[in-house]
Order: sequence, then structure tokens, then C-alpha cells
Amino acid sequence: MSLELRGITKTFGSFTANDSIDLKVETGQIHAILGENGAGKSTLMNIVYGLLKADSGEILIDGKVVDISNPSDALNVGIGMVHQHFMLIPVFTVAENIMLGHEKSSKLRVLDLDQARAAIRAISEDFGLQVDPDAIVETLPVGIQQKVEIIKALIYEAKVLILDEPTAVLTPQETDELLNTMRDLKNKGTSIIFITHKLREVRAVADQITIIRRGKVVAAVSPETSEGELASMMVGRAVDLSPEKYQHEMGGAILEVKNLTVRDALGAAIVKGVNFHVNAGEVLAVAGVQGNGQSELARALINLEDHIEGSILLDGEEIRGASIKDSLHAGIAFIPESRELDGVIGSFSIAENLILDLHELSPYSKGINLSAKVMQSEAEKRVAEFDIRTQSILDAVSTLSGGNKQKVVIARELSRPIKVLVASQPTRGLDVGSIEFVHERILAERDAGRGVILFSTELDEVIALADRIAVMYRGEILGIVDSKVTREELGLLMAGVTSAKVGAE
Amino acid sequence: MKNTISRIGQSIKLPGLSFLMAFTITGIIIAVSDEKVMNKIGSPIEFLKSAGASVGNAYLALFQGSIYDNRLAKSNFFEGFYPFFETLVTATPLILTGLSVALAFKSGLFNIGAQGQFIFGAIGASYVGFRFELPVGIHILAAALAGIVLAAIWGGLVGFLKAKTGAHEVILTIMLNYIAAFFILWLLKTKTFLRPGRIDPIAPEVADSAKLPLLAGENFRIHAGIFIALAAALFVWWLLTKTTIGYKFRAVGANSQAARTAGISVPFVITSTMMICGALAGLGGAVHVLGSEHALNTDVAGSFGFDAITVALLGRAQPLGTVFAALLFGALHTGGRMMQSNTGVPLDIVVVTQGLIVLFIAAPMFVRYIFRLKKLNASTSLTSKGWNG
Amino acid sequence: MRKIRSNVEKRRLQGVVIISTLASLSFLYFGILKPGKEATTFGFVLNNEWVIIKEWVISSQTGARIFSIISLLASAIAIAALKKGRSISVPVAVASFGILMSFLTWIASGKFIPFTGLLQGGLLLSIPLIFGAMSGLVCERSGVINIAIEGQLLASAFVSAVVASLTGLSWWGLLAAPFAGAAISFLLATFAIKFSVDQVILGFVINVLVIGLTDFLYKKLLIPFQNTWNSPPTFEVIPIPILSKIPVVGPILFTHTIVVYLMFVIVSGVTFTLYKTKWGLRTRAVGEHPTAADTVGIDVNKLRFRNVMIAGFIAGVGGAFYTVGSVGAFGKEMTAGAGFIALAALIFGKWSPIGALFAALLFGFATNLQSTLSIIGVAIPSEFMLMVPYIATIIAVTGLVGRVRAPAADGIPYRRGGAH
Repeated sequence: MSLELRGITKTFGSFTANDSIDLKVETGQIHAILGENGAGKSTLMNIVYGLLKADSGEILIDGKVVDISNPSDALNVGIGMVHQHFMLIPVFTVAENIMLGHEKSSKLRVLDLDQARAAIRAISEDFGLQVDPDAIVETLPVGIQQKVEIIKALIYEAKVLILDEPTAVLTPQETDELLNTMRDLKNKGTSIIFITHKLREVRAVADQITIIRRGKVVAAVSPETSEGELASMMVGRAVDLSPEKYQHEMGGAILEVKNLTVRDALGAAIVKGVNFHVNAGEVLAVAGVQGNGQSELARALINLEDHIEGSILLDGEEIRGASIKDSLHAGIAFIPESRELDGVIGSFSIAENLILDLHELSPYSKGINLSAKVMQSEAEKRVAEFDIRTQSILDAVSTLSGGNKQKVVIARELSRPIKVLVASQPTRGLDVGSIEFVHERILAERDAGRGVILFSTELDEVIALADRIAVMYRGEILGIVDSKVTREELGLLMAGVTSAKVGAE
Repeated sequence: MKNTISRIGQSIKLPGLSFLMAFTITGIIIAVSDEKVMNKIGSPIEFLKSAGASVGNAYLALFQGSIYDNRLAKSNFFEGFYPFFETLVTATPLILTGLSVALAFKSGLFNIGAQGQFIFGAIGASYVGFRFELPVGIHILAAALAGIVLAAIWGGLVGFLKAKTGAHEVILTIMLNYIAAFFILWLLKTKTFLRPGRIDPIAPEVADSAKLPLLAGENFRIHAGIFIALAAALFVWWLLTKTTIGYKFRAVGANSQAARTAGISVPFVITSTMMICGALAGLGGAVHVLGSEHALNTDVAGSFGFDAITVALLGRAQPLGTVFAALLFGALHTGGRMMQSNTGVPLDIVVVTQGLIVLFIAAPMFVRYIFRLKKLNASTSLTSKGWNG
Repeated sequence: MRKIRSNVEKRRLQGVVIISTLASLSFLYFGILKPGKEATTFGFVLNNEWVIIKEWVISSQTGARIFSIISLLASAIAIAALKKGRSISVPVAVASFGILMSFLTWIASGKFIPFTGLLQGGLLLSIPLIFGAMSGLVCERSGVINIAIEGQLLASAFVSAVVASLTGLSWWGLLAAPFAGAAISFLLATFAIKFSVDQVILGFVINVLVIGLTDFLYKKLLIPFQNTWNSPPTFEVIPIPILSKIPVVGPILFTHTIVVYLMFVIVSGVTFTLYKTKWGLRTRAVGEHPTAADTVGIDVNKLRFRNVMIAGFIAGVGGAFYTVGSVGAFGKEMTAGAGFIALAALIFGKWSPIGALFAALLFGFATNLQSTLSIIGVAIPSEFMLMVPYIATIIAVTGLVGRVRAPAADGIPYRRGGAH
């Protein structure tokens, strides 16, 4: 089945997310859509899947115009989609999730779970996707959850399968496995739209590549195109995502973590007795597949988690058990994983956001009196210094782009005296320009003698910035290795395989 | 200049249209529930005339009962304002309870408990008012303070329990309202509170030294409480916009997760907000007892605590807005009494009007839909937090 | 002993410790220090059921001791179960029952406790609460917060009284009530789903509207023209053959009006459909993760709208209970906050039908206990007894239940292409 898009245009207010996009996916081909964050890939796919309505343009299946105004229409014409954020109900079983939407009932209108189980087993065997139909989805690792998503699409007999950033949550090995599954599917006649910003994967698996930049198709190329060319077409200029790192002397340990365990509300250990240290003037990157305890470890470093055991020494002083405020004021800057939820207050102005953890300090306040004047004059300085693109410091932060929101967070965190910077997924979802900015800032802090601990699931970022790399797997640090390690070795560690070669520190 | 006018025009569009719709629907209800009108249903013209008269009379009575009644201006023009002063008397506790609910909204809390907090404020003020003998100024102060403290504890209890256990404040405050209502029933049967020689539940009158001064002489009930209420509004405005405490309240109200990540203590904000909310509603109870009731009775709280919620919603949780909303609802209630006695339209219809106004204010999308508007300024629409919030 | 770590376990441990302490205290206080001097009589016969035992007379002291000991034993079993990580709900229930009985035997020294009547009355008081809680459940499991239960109950109580008065038939009242509940639901659904109004605020405002409107009409029509508008007939009690003859159980469960039997049907119906049918699966999906449901072709807002309407019908039957189901005439604000108690029962019951059912029964029972005790004339001020259900709710939501999770998408309007 072939899928063709003609002149798809979609605007949100004054912002044009898709600008007259033409695209043709041939039967049994893997068609990669490459573009950086915010280029309009997801919008386009949501239009194809009926989650968004295009302002103009048409969708053709096998040469015939079809009207897709909701996901049922898409499913009916044979389009399936695996979303970047999984569309699974966490508290349901695999079978319940898969039958949802086209349930079969036995007599007395009771749900026929047996039928669903059988269907899942059949698909599992056909495509080598092993899952337990009765497992509760939230207890499954993300890799398996993704398989559930793919089975869900296949069970609807999808002839065109859209995969939206499917490798973001996978280890390199799992990624390879997924790429193999994609090839299998293709050989069985399924057309695949593969959305990604990872050049390596595109070149490995795609038959045809379309590059989208700022909502427009800028090129349609073959997979033989070099990574450098692909990158510059994607961004619109030559890019180098491995910033220059100066060699310099490191100081002693500025942050020491001993036997740190973090538990969730039910008492299960999410981080299991980890030990590591960060030196002054060093970037320690914590790599690993999402969901292996990195988020909790990062949050625990400023006592954001409720159940923490062990020891956190900042410049020799114990801070575990201190309040969040005291942890921050002791000299930790914290860039949280989710800008929108944890980093900024959307309805507050930029100026107000810039003092979120500073408002009690001089000169912003005296006693309980808050000085709007100081707040605003300081905000003007930050906006200039960190190149925050805005009309006015009194604009609500929710009006800013993702990159500028992150700049607000970074500006705030770096505008007080700090010893250690904890950055959790600081470039997630940002465009290349903003990524470069964040990388420069991180290295600047390192060069100024601060300890930096960078949590990232992006291997390229880890390798580019780190002096040493710690790999987390299932709540433990499996090893701390030199930054000259190969991707393969890192990949093995991320999958939980330890060998003699990559011994722990 | 033109810009300013159009901006003001935009910002009063939603309330204006909401009022229009609410009073129209209320009018229809008044008309169709009037048998004199319905008897004429056979002839459309007569029917409309009669309906117009019925609704017109009711709204005229509403106005005369709340703002100005020329029939009362017997010796001078000023006396005609008697209803307006009555409106102020009713609005005074409403401003304070409304501020209590409004402040809670700012911190992301839905305080349904102003009713119970009001009761405790009234109890504290009444007790100090009748039990002790103190010099004039000090007595008022002490009585009001007693009310404030009791109510702050009652309100703070909600904050404490929520901060400690995560229980939802809506459930907690509803339950505590019932408990407060039963408590005052019991209290007024005890020897300490029952007025000597009485069997109906009423406390002794507060000493003259504890009564708030009257503002317009013996013939009017208007008392100094209105200034206290306005000062409280000013205080809430100052607290929210000029202090670090208010900054924390707003931060937690807007995004508690980000506020916590930045080191703001959410339990502190929840507990202290609810204490201040309690204090405000309690001050309402105190002012009501010391200013107009003078003696504690079981119905002292009336529906001030519940109306407070509609007041705060209409006032968009802004201090100034709350003051205006309280004045409006105070007027509706005061005028409603006149409407009931003069035209036979039950007072309760104003509750419907009140509810409709708030419903439409809370639903800008609906107003836009009805009037086919392209743009409608509703940037500060209020939200509460669901059970998981 | 296994190390107890999690908050849930800690809270359970606290609960068991509190229960054990109360059991010990009741043994000490009711059984030894301040024993009742006279005998307590429990009556078991209410109507004309078969009699096995008519009355049970026991010395207040001995009775209190026996029940306290039962309670202590059950607490011990609960502690053992906790250590082994097994469910503690049955022993805790037995222990609580023991403490309660011990207290009853003590306080009613020299008096007569109509045991069966106490339970039957408790059930009757909880009927509207159960309907209300089921209404809330059907809404909230699909993601719409329903604070307007009070309004649904009040409006349908009003309408059923009026319709039954005008027609002279209680059946018409019962038939009209669900439509009144649904009319309120229509308001809730339209504003919450179509116009994205904050659901907590909306529910509150709807209650205000219904209270205002029923008060208005009550004064305008029902008081002046009581004979025409507000003198509805009520339903007869229909004892179920044979079953109603079973001692104790018969009068409690099988000697009721049609409205009570409808409650049994609705609770079992909701329980079955929610967990076993396509509708239930979709309802739960939409309440947990609406976007996921949307991507498999489920019309989220249509389903939510439908569920809110169904909830209105359910609450409507509960409203009819107030008038044609029991006392007949409508009274001003006669639901008196039952909608909020129903809401509390729903939360206390962790959004499950059976949990909400038992929570509602508990509130009904506590209220009836209060009136029974004040009728037999015990020395506790009735105001404090009246507070019991509300204090119990606070203890329940703060202590025993803790941070229960509502359905993940409860109260969040669904818009396609909104937050993922």
C-alpha cells in the first residue's frame, strides 16, 4: 500500500508547523523522515493519523484521496502508528491494551480476553515479538512496551506503519533489534514511515529519506548520503555537535555520593546503593536507557525524592536529608528533566521565573518585602547574557519556545554561587541551536572549575561532553568508564552486560 | 487612549455578558412562575406585557431594596440610601470570607471551609466580647483577635492535614463545616454560652465596649466593619504582590511541582495559606458579631461561607474583584428581601442569579459560543486541582 | 520480623496498632474500670420473620469483655497477617466490629438495643449515598469529576415528588426522577466536556443553582399549593417471599421498597459492567489515558458525555428515594449534604464500586447509630454523635486511606492535540 501526501499545511496561530508538504511512501519501503526537534515531523504524522486536522492538502492511499479526520479513519484505511509517548494504559494488562477499541465479547457481553490472548500470541510468533499477554503494562520495561505498541498496530492489520522517534528509549542493542523488525515487516509488505533525528539509524535502514526543516520539505535523498550532508540539510548550516573540549587540570572531589539508595512510595528501591564522585572541573555523564533510575538519582542529589538513604557530600559536607532549598543554596544548580513541569511556571513572567529559587536572597528581597525593581533589572541582565529571545521580561514564560524556556532555567540556576551543576536531560526536545548553547554552557561551567553531573540518554551527547561516563542499569551504576570508550562497549553496559574490559572504577 | 478603552471593553465583556444572560434567565423564571402572567398565556401581547411588569417590578424592588429607595427619603435625600448601607452591612462579612476563598485559590487550594472558619471566628469574638470587660479600643481588638486565632487554627488544621497526609482539602473543608455547625449547636446549650434566662440557643450580647462603632448614626446599621474588610482586601493584595510569602503562594498555586523543585516548601505554603484563609474568614465572623449581630446564635454564619465561594469566583480571586463581587452579591441578598416581601418572588431566586453569573464567568468558551465572539479576554480563568492535584 | 519499609505498610501498621490499642482500652474501660452495672438487651426481631432468637440479654460488663476479647484476638490475627504480608481487611473488620459492640453493650447498660433495626435503618440511610457514589463513580472512572451529586439528588428528589403528586402515582415519580438527574448531568457534561469548565468549580456552581431553584420553587409552588404539588404517594414495602423471613438478614436486606432493590441491581450492574464489558474497559481507559483511547478510535468525549448522563440517571433513582421511596413530601434542601458524603464515600472506597458501597454503608450506619442512641437516651450530647460520620470521613481520608490515586485523567478536559 502506498501513501502520498500533497500540499499538507498546518498552522497554529501565527506559527506554520507544516508548509505545503509533499511526500510519497511506496509500498514495502522504509521511508525515513528526518528533521530536528520542532521541525514539524510529529505534527505531520498526527495529521496522517487523524489526530490533527490539516488546514489544507490531501492524503492519498494507493492513488485515491482519503478523508482522515480521526484515528478510526486512519485505522480503517490501514494506517497504524507507534507514538513517541506510548499510547498504552499503564494499569491495564497487555491483552486489555491490545483489545481496546475493537473488543470482542463472548456471550452475556463479557469481554473475550482469551481471544485477545490468542491473537497476541499469533502476532508474536509471526514477527518474533515476545510478550506476556497478562502482564500489567506499567511493570514492563520500555523496550517491551514498545513491542506491545507495535503488536497493537499490527493487530489492526496496518499496511502503513508510522514509527515516531521509536529509538529514543532503546539501548543500542534494542535499537538494532527494532531495525531488524522493521526490515522483517518491510519484507512482508508493510510500508513504514520512520521518524527520527538520528542519522546513523536512517542510513542503516531507510530506502528513501525526506528531510524536513521548519515545516518544509528541503530535500529528498537516498540513504547513501553522508551523515555530514544529512546533518547540514537538517539544520540548514554546517553543524558540529562535538564541541571543543579543552584539556585542563581537575580539582579534587567536589561531590561524593556513597551508598545512595532511593525508594519509591511503595518502598521499592529505584536507585540501589550507588557510589561515585565528581571532581571540580569535570563532567561526569550518567548514561543509560531511560527508566533505569537516572531521573530519581538526579532528583535525589537535591533531596527532591522522599525516601533517600546513604550519603551525599558536597565539598565534604553532608547534605542528604537537608531541605531542597538548603541543598540548592549549599551550591548545587539543578536543571530538571522536565522544563514544563519542574523547571518553569508557565503563567509567571520571565522575571518572576528567574527568581524562583532566589527570591528569599538579597538583593531580591528584604525581610518579606519583595523588590519588583531589583527583580526586573536583574532579569534584563539575564535575558541579555543568556540570549533569551523575548519581547519583554514581563511576558509569561509559557509564550517562549522550548529552547528559550531552558535558557530561563539555566540562567536562573547559574546566577547564584554554585559548586556543582546537576543537569538532567538538558537538551531533550531542543533544536540544534539551543543544544549547542546548552553544551557550551555546560563546558563553561566545567572549565570554570565546577563539578558537572550530566544525566543523558543521548549517547552522542554523553560522548561529546563527558570526561568520565557512569552507566546506570536497573538502579545500579554498572561501571564508570573513560570517555574514550566505544559506543559498542557503552551499549553493552547500558544493556546490563558487564565484562572484564569495562571494569568498575 | 483608544487602546485603553478597548482593553477595558475587552475585560468587562465577559462579566457584562454573563450578567446579561443571568438576569435574563432569572427574569424568565420569575415570569413563568408567576400565575398572573401564566394566566394570560392565551394572548401573546397581554402575556408579554404582564411578564414585563412582573419581572420589572421584581427588579425594581431588588434595586430599591439594595441601593436607593426614594420612598425612604422622608426628611432628606440621604435617608434613601438606607438600603445601600444595608447592602454594605451584608457585603462586609462577604468580602472577608470571599478573600479567604480567593487567597486559597491563589495557592491552588479550593477552600470550601470558610463557613466553618467563620463560625469559629464568631465564637471567639463573641466569647471575649461578652465574658470580659476591657477598655473600648482594646476590647474590640481582643475580641477580633480571639476570633481570628480560633479560625486560623480551624483553617490551619485543613492545611496541616493536607500537607501531612495528602487528603484533599475539598473533602476536609466540607466535613469540617458540618463539624463546626454541630459544634456551635452544642456550644450554645452550654452554661458558658447560653444567655441567662433563655432556652433558645443564643449567647449573651457582647459588651458595648466590644461593639464596632456605627458610621451613620443610630438609624443605620452600617458599622466600621466595612473599613476592616477593605483593609483586609488591601492586606491580601499587598501579601500576594509585594512579599516573598505571596510569591511562594502564587508559585505553588501556579505550578507546585516547579515551585518545589526550586526549593519552595509546599507543606509550608499549604498550611500557612489555610491559616491565613481561616483568619480572614474568622475575621468575617468576628466583624459580623461585633458589628451587626452582637450576639452569637446558631445561624450566625447564614450562608456567608458558601456565598464566599461564588464571590471569589466572580472576583476572579483578585482582591479588588472580590470586593466588587461581594458588594454585588450583598446587594442581591439585601434587595432580594425587599423583592420577596413586596412582589412575592422568593428571595432564593437571587441564589439562582448568583449561580448563573458565576457559571457563565467560569465558562468563557460558552459565552463566546452563545454570542459568536471571536475574541474574549479570559486569561485569568480559575482552575482548581483535581483529586490528584 | 520482615522489615516494614513502604508507606503503605507503615500506614497499615499504624492502623493495626490503633485498632489494638482501642481494643485494649475498651476491654479496660468498658470491661474493668467503668463497667455498666445492668444488663444490656439486644433485640433481633423486627417484623414477622422466623424467630430463632428474639432477644439476647447479657450483663453489660460481661458482654463488653467478651466483645473486647474478640476484638483483641482479631487484632492479634491482623498483626500476624501483617507480618506475613497477607491481607488484613477481614481481621481488622472483625476487630472494629468487636470494639463497636463492646461500646454498645457498655453504653446501653439497662437499655434495649434494636440490633436488627439498627442495621436496617443504617442501610436505609445509606441508600441515597450509594446511588450518589455510583453516580460519581461512573463519571469519575471516565475522567469527569462529579461534585454535583448533591444537585443531582436534590433535583431528582424534587421532580419525583412533584410528578408523583401531580399524577398521584409513585411510579411516575420514580420514572421522572432519573430524567431530572440526567438534566443536571446534561448541564455538567455540556459545560465540562464541551466548554472545558473547571469541573470542581462547575460542580459546586451547579449545586448552588439547584439549591436556589428548588428553594425558589418550593416556596413559590410547593408550600402554597401543597395538595397539588407536594403530596406524593410513597412505595409500599415488598417483602421478598421466603428470603424476608430469614432472621436478621431478612428484614435488613429483603423487606424493602422497589427503590432499595434497585440499589442492589445498580451496584452489581456497575461492578460487572465496569470490569467485564467493553463499555467498562473503554470507560476505564478514557479515565486513565484518554489520548491512548483516542488513538485506537474511541471517541473520548462522546463516551464521557454518555457516562455523565448515565450517572445522572443513577443519581436520580437515589433522589427518588428521599420522596417516593421513603417520606413522601419534598422538603427544603432535604438532601442536606448527602451528595458530599457520597463523594467522600467514593474517595474512601478508592473509586471502586464495592469499596464505595461499603464506605456509604458505614456512613449510613454511623448516622443511624447516633439516632438510635439518642432515642434510647444515652448520655452523649447528640451534636457530638452527629459529628461522628464527618469525623470518620476525615479520619478515613487522612489516615486509613492516605494518598489514594484517582483515575489518572480525572478532571482533565480532553482536547485532541493538547498535552500528549
